[in-house]
Amino acid sequence: MKALIVMPARNEAQTIATVIAQLKALVPEADILVVNDASTDETARVAASAGAKVVTLPIHLGYGGAVQTGFKYAARKGYDVVVLMDADGQHDPACVPDLLKGLQDADVVLGSRFLGDCRYFIPFDRRVGMWLLRKIVRWVTGQSITDPTSGFQALRRQVVELLADDHYPVDFADADILILLHRVGFRIKEIPVVMHQRSHGISKYVPSYLRAAYYAFKMSLSILATLLRAAPKR
Amino acid sequence: MTPRQQMFAIAVSIVIVLLVFELVRRKRLREEYTWLWMLSAVTIFLITASRDLLMAITHLIGAVLPTTTVFLFGVLFLYLICLHYAVKMTTLSEQVKKLAQEHALLEAALRESMTGQRDKNGSE
Repeated sequence: MKALIVMPARNEAQTIATVIAQLKALVPEADILVVNDASTDETARVAASAGAKVVTLPIHLGYGGAVQTGFKYAARKGYDVVVLMDADGQHDPACVPDLLKGLQDADVVLGSRFLGDCRYFIPFDRRVGMWLLRKIVRWVTGQSITDPTSGFQALRRQVVELLADDHYPVDFADADILILLHRVGFRIKEIPVVMHQRSHGISKYVPSYLRAAYYAFKMSLSILATLLRAAPKR
Repeated sequence: MTPRQQMFAIAVSIVIVLLVFELVRRKRLREEYTWLWMLSAVTIFLITASRDLLMAITHLIGAVLPTTTVFLFGVLFLYLICLHYAVKMTTLSEQVKKLAQEHALLEAALRESMTGQRDKNGSE
């Protein structure tokens, strides 16, 4: 079973070598792809020296664009399974084997930071947002997903091929994608994983009420539109 | 503002919301571009639905007729929407330029490496 670990990265030269080294030790049979989202630092060079394959985007596309690039790579090269994770050390590489194992009876395995003993602090406004997303996902899919925005996941080839299609824009690992995958009929499962707090650098989510309002608007619109579109074929 | 004017303005704002949503549903319009359209439709709806609000704003801006206020809001939002698009277009132009340049340089590198291979094979 050919596995590819996809890590979107933008200016993560400080942490990426460690993460790659840990992955090589824990999951030696998997290939590692770093999608360099037009970093301005040495991310690409450091990742390549650490032994990962590197794809460099000529322009900055953001997390979703970088992830989809990784999916396209995986689909074209015929990988059976893709693990998606962050390059900044937040996602513990030790959980990757568990994610892969989870695919035995599911098409999508989500790593939830809330299922285990992990103590992850989330600022109040984000917590409210996640609570709302959980409620919506539960209402629509009937499943209770505790960590709908988790970017730590394992996906089967069919799921990857669907998300790699430009017809289905991947914005970020989020509730609207989960709802879409559920509508197509993929089996979604959650397992506990360990996530560490950011030790350095700027968070992907810059806390601000305006940004929260915009995100809420965009999510609601996207979810509503996803529900009203015809479900894509597998 | 007469009830007929109110009805028309409210109907138009609802139609705009539905139209924008349908375009998003069909993937002809990205969600991220819709917030100003939705905001303007919602604002027009609010000020035409609440007479008190409309009159308050009319006095605030020094207009004489409440219909002027509605008109003004419509025009102001159009300005903002155009500005928003100009900003987006600036980013897009930059990206297109970069892509074109990278593409050209990549193609040259590929051509050079292929002719390099051919020369190497030819000289053997």
